[in-house]
Amino acid sequence: MDSVIFDLSQTPLREVNQFLHHNANGKPIKILNPNGAHNIAIGLDSPISVEIAGHVGYYAAGMNQLANVTIDGNAGTGVAENMMSGRVHVKGFASVSAGASAQGGLLIIDGNASLRCGISLKGGDIVVGGSVGSFSAFMAQAGRIIICGDAADAIGDSLYEAVIYIRGTVKSLGADAQFEPMSETDYQTVGELLAKAEFCHDPKEFKRIASAKQLYHWNADANQEY
Amino acid sequence: MNQSESGQSFSLEESAGYDRRILNYIQNAAAHGLYEIRGLGAKRRLPHFDDLVFLGSSLSRYPLEGYREKCTTKTILGTRFAKKPIELEMPITIAGMSFGSLSANVKQALGLAATEAGTSTTTGDGGMTSEERLSSKTLIYQCLPSRYGFNPDDVRKADAIEIVIGQGAKPGGGGMLLGQKVNPRVAEMRTLPEGIDQRSACRHPDWTGPDDLTIKIQELRELTDWEKPIYVKIGASRTFNDVKLAVHAGADVIVLDGMQGGTAATQSVFIEHVGIPTLAALRQAVEALEDLNMKDHVQLIVSGGIRTGADVAKALAMGADAVSIGQAILMALGCNSETYIQNETHHSAIADYNALGTAPGYCHHCHTGQCPVGVTTQDATLEKRLEPQVGARRVKNYLQTLNMELTTIARACGKQNVHHLEREDLVALTVEAAAMARIPLAGTSWIPGYSNF
Repeated sequence: MDSVIFDLSQTPLREVNQFLHHNANGKPIKILNPNGAHNIAIGLDSPISVEIAGHVGYYAAGMNQLANVTIDGNAGTGVAENMMSGRVHVKGFASVSAGASAQGGLLIIDGNASLRCGISLKGGDIVVGGSVGSFSAFMAQAGRIIICGDAADAIGDSLYEAVIYIRGTVKSLGADAQFEPMSETDYQTVGELLAKAEFCHDPKEFKRIASAKQLYHWNADANQEY
Repeated sequence: MNQSESGQSFSLEESAGYDRRILNYIQNAAAHGLYEIRGLGAKRRLPHFDDLVFLGSSLSRYPLEGYREKCTTKTILGTRFAKKPIELEMPITIAGMSFGSLSANVKQALGLAATEAGTSTTTGDGGMTSEERLSSKTLIYQCLPSRYGFNPDDVRKADAIEIVIGQGAKPGGGGMLLGQKVNPRVAEMRTLPEGIDQRSACRHPDWTGPDDLTIKIQELRELTDWEKPIYVKIGASRTFNDVKLAVHAGADVIVLDGMQGGTAATQSVFIEHVGIPTLAALRQAVEALEDLNMKDHVQLIVSGGIRTGADVAKALAMGADAVSIGQAILMALGCNSETYIQNETHHSAIADYNALGTAPGYCHHCHTGQCPVGVTTQDATLEKRLEPQVGARRVKNYLQTLNMELTTIARACGKQNVHHLEREDLVALTVEAAAMARIPLAGTSWIPGYSNF
């Protein structure tokens, strides 16, 4: 099927997003000259493919449902924030809060991700080819984050049920986060997500970080750690 | 002089600094090593709308006939950018309160009442329930730091979106829901394990300052094809600057919550000691809008201690476009009442108040989830004490009373439209209120810190 092509240097963003919401009818879409514009491909809710040829600003593919969005460049703050389903692939680096609060779907970042990657995650999966910045997975509630590189400070601070798998080093664990032994299911999970993201690492190289669950309930002796 | 039981007289002098309330606080802290958490709002006395009065009409102003002449209360919110502004029959809305803090029955009752009264309800920290969407004709959907249950389908179903920066009871703090209230349905809606003590985030996960907020607002507009109004809710603190920043970020409507505003559960030190009174905040917000020349372009909703039709009228006269009510709505439902109504009969709830260590008139135990009148609970037995139809009737009656009181005052001031009430109609009874509201002390032209005699 031929792609519908939009050139953001010619067509206003609002028109492009409205087309994606109402008139895409399953056709593949290509967006040219994004030039770091914010809010590209927000709120897609059908199984369409969207390719963005260049760098994007804040919230690219935000709240995605069903669509498959590829960003052929770097992504600004909050890429795929609150994603519900579908797939978002950043071929470059991602700025802060990548995949924030995502409830479903798969976010793939080929390069590094900045601070707070996967903050508040609620069930989505994130695979980062490079490293992640401090406070990644902060208060993450559900879902899985695979980090092929290293993590900066306070990874997994105040985690709930989300699980982190990391291949490289951890500068420091956040409050209530702990390393746990990998089970067969964990290796399988990592293998499956790496395959989906098309990264070739051995799942055996990954370590598991999850919540120690010491902050799940008020505790007078916890010394204000929460 | 006091008399002992034996008739001997002796002198007891209570310390002002270390009175029985403070002694109790210190001894509790010593016993438990943990601060007190409670529901509702600030209990201390604050300068408030009670400290203002209307001048009414006489020879220099011409009144309207109280029972005959028209006085409209229609209110339109969100006219700045949204294609579909919110149109209400009255300038009195129901504040955001979560399913989780309130039962599903209560959320349904509020929706039914608001629909009948021609006003809106607001979701809360816990997402949109189907009961609420079905029962409420005009539903405002909150986007909170926690993002519990936040999803694009519900954004599309909503009539407006309210980005919550803060709350008057705790500006700078996130929500709390103790484990007793995190039942299976609440847990599922919030993607949390059942029964945990939930502490919500206080900052949004995907934006930090006002420049980011501008882009976040645009994201929500793009998602909704620029149809729905975007409200921004702030807790009252540095209100003049915060309102300016929210307007600059592109808000259609500012929701301003003063320190008397309620909460389902927060540290009492936060409730009583952080934030500024509604009266002072409202005046600052109006000044910010006037300073930007945005009065009437960006609408202002004020909340935090609105209880009576007089409070509504005073808020409007000071420059608000509408008010929002939380705690008083719960009280209309029966909060702090001695009885609850089940199967058309009043039943005493006093024993259940006592079991919580409190009594009707003093209860602020929303955080326990054991609300004796079935309002702030997720308990299967207790929640049945609030029947949606009964609750809806009481809330509708309450809203109707406020609206009638509001028009009574407006007519007395000679206004055919409640939105025509103005600051000039008001005077202050105390020096504090005069200074905070920037309204002259009654019988003078004196506004402390502003004008000379």
